[in-house]
Amino acid sequence: MSSQKPNSDRRHTIAVLVDNEPGVLARVIGLFAGRGYNIESLTVSEVDAVKGYSRITIVTSGTDMVIEQIKALLDRLVPVHMVEDLTLQGPCLERELGLVKVVNAGENRIEALRIADMFRARAIDSTLNSFVFELTGSPKKLNAFIELMSGLGETEITRGGVVAMARGSGIGLRNAKS
Amino acid sequence: MTGEPHIARKPSEHLSGAGVIVKALQDQGVEVIFGYPGGAVLPLYDELFKTNNLRHILVRHEQAAVHAAEGYARSTGKIGVVLVTSGPGATNAVTGLTDALMDSIPIVCLTGQVPTHLIGTDAFQEADTTGITRACTKHNYLVKKSEELSDVMHEAFYVAANGRPGPVVVDLPKDILFADAPYFAPQDVRPCAYQPKTNGDLTKIEQAAELLAKAQRPIIYGGGGLINSGPAACKLLQEFAELTGFPVTLTLMGLGAFPASNPNFLGMLGMHGTYEANLAMHNCDVMLNIGARFDDRVTGRIDAFSPRATKIHIDIDQSSINKNVLADIPILGDAERVLTTMIDYWKKKKLSPRVDSLKSWWIEINSWRSKECLKFEQDDKIIKPQFAIKRLFEKTQNRDVFISTEVGQHQMWAAQYFGFDKPNRWMTSGGLGTMGYGLPAAMGTQVAHPDALVIDIAGDASILMNMQEFSTIIQYRLPVKVFIINNQWMGMVRQWQELNHGSRYSQSYTESLPDFIQLAQSFGGTGMVAETVDDLDKVIDEMINSEKFFIADIRVQKEESCFPMIPSGAAHNEMILSAKDTENAKTSAEGMALV
Repeated sequence: MSSQKPNSDRRHTIAVLVDNEPGVLARVIGLFAGRGYNIESLTVSEVDAVKGYSRITIVTSGTDMVIEQIKALLDRLVPVHMVEDLTLQGPCLERELGLVKVVNAGENRIEALRIADMFRARAIDSTLNSFVFELTGSPKKLNAFIELMSGLGETEITRGGVVAMARGSGIGLRNAKS
Repeated sequence: MTGEPHIARKPSEHLSGAGVIVKALQDQGVEVIFGYPGGAVLPLYDELFKTNNLRHILVRHEQAAVHAAEGYARSTGKIGVVLVTSGPGATNAVTGLTDALMDSIPIVCLTGQVPTHLIGTDAFQEADTTGITRACTKHNYLVKKSEELSDVMHEAFYVAANGRPGPVVVDLPKDILFADAPYFAPQDVRPCAYQPKTNGDLTKIEQAAELLAKAQRPIIYGGGGLINSGPAACKLLQEFAELTGFPVTLTLMGLGAFPASNPNFLGMLGMHGTYEANLAMHNCDVMLNIGARFDDRVTGRIDAFSPRATKIHIDIDQSSINKNVLADIPILGDAERVLTTMIDYWKKKKLSPRVDSLKSWWIEINSWRSKECLKFEQDDKIIKPQFAIKRLFEKTQNRDVFISTEVGQHQMWAAQYFGFDKPNRWMTSGGLGTMGYGLPAAMGTQVAHPDALVIDIAGDASILMNMQEFSTIIQYRLPVKVFIINNQWMGMVRQWQELNHGSRYSQSYTESLPDFIQLAQSFGGTGMVAETVDDLDKVIDEMINSEKFFIADIRVQKEESCFPMIPSGAAHNEMILSAKDTENAKTSAEGMALV
């Protein structure tokens, strides 16, 4: 309980190493749904095919007490090997992939390309009146890009969710419980 | 579940899936299974038919199978085992599983499932059992490969019993029961990710001991975790209380963990706890919580709960710590191990309590005790429910007695007036509050302790909820006693309607109760009615000396309410002691919304 204001909501990024088995995601999601906790972002993918581990990254927000409760509840799930609160551990890297389709013409089209260039977004599909941009970066960067694009035409957006990792040389989720 | 890379292991033998299950049950030391057959589990029942050393108790409803297994587990410290079929068999078990989850009872429940190729096709008696039970089990498995079967079986037992115990479901598709399967013995199973911490952090335990030695108004608040940890943990609690002279209170689930006859015992705490226990909780300066979870029935209004106390919380479950109440010294570990370490440290450092302040603390506690909050007046005609339980307690003291209860007023009176000096003697549904729990739990207890006196203290409404089990009780010649506190009301509902809903008794009166004696007789048991105080002792004597299934129908004062009581939404120091107090104690608007 380190925060100054224990009752204010704070955004936390939590990484969880789990066995890649049917139902494991349902357990994690059910734990949040059953108690009314909010999930802002959730990504999951296998990270170790030999051991059969998947890594889940969850972004959630809550008071210190709620976050502690979430971590304890995650940790006691049987297929969970390790839970890490990246937010509490210090600086962490957060990256997200977004695809943004913008439909426009004329001057707006040129502006869209110029902004995309600034954000290092790549046009991966084009018609005479549309682009699909691919962009990676922090969630904030994606938000900014999407906001600018929405001013330049009709947009469709899909985002991959946050993947995160602690900075520095420490290897976090390798020392699994078993 | 996939776990570590595959290390070549040699199975000890090859069997059918059903054979593997039976073998695993035997290797896990299972003696009794509570179950009900059906299409999807027939291969397993066939295997049981060929086995001599697994006793199967055929219940009459799957909910009762789980409660019976809970009674068995709670009264022995072993794991309760349940076997039910797919679909309705599994869904009927859900209430029992939820009950076991809430009260941390180790259960392994095997459920049948349609064959793997039919899963998801809305096949006959198909239910998404792992989906349905995900929220009401500690863990569950759907076995889709027969090679995994013995690993899953052994892991299920490990998970059910270790850490905070709970129910585990193993869902078994019918084709898996027929398939060839390798059998691995318990010592050869693959490693499991679930490794709860049990030792407790040494620095924190020492810190806690130092704090307790300095305490001026200490209290020990013990819970069901002590019972789950085992009789050794309960002995250690007693040792520590005697070493320090500290007062002890217990939760509903903890009753028996500390002898009720010990002078340091303040009684149960919480909504219907004693005045002295609740006031001591409210006014203490150091609280030592061992294996209790700060349930809302215990804390009352949470922001007014024990405002001046430094709180030490020992629990095996990290998620129970800092859930409702912030712990100043959280200790994650098993009660027995932590208490051992703490007592060792206490002795090694020659710590001693502050005798003077402890003396004045006891004077204060004794002044609350002198209120005699459990006092009641018994005239010579109508039986008071409190009196009935008090007499039952007094008359069974020289017997090896186990008590189960249903849920409601009778449950609280039993907790208040029946003293338990040993753990594992008290089977009650605390967390979920399941009416209909007591009879099957008594049944499971009697199966485990065939020669003991097992009594279900019941209410007239609750007993109707699982009374089909009279038939099971007769079949296995279980001499279970049912002691019905009969007031013709759902008494606790009536009481709350009186307190919070202007005495508008909506649907809480039972118009047409059966003749319980004839009911017992129709199943092959016997019984007696006590109409007046004069009948009571005779009926109790007849009951406890009967060697048969026996129903004692105790007609009690109908509108008696259960006191003392912390009204919902109130604090510990706002207890009401009797009906007279209720006029002044208006339940707050927030309190009304609480259950």
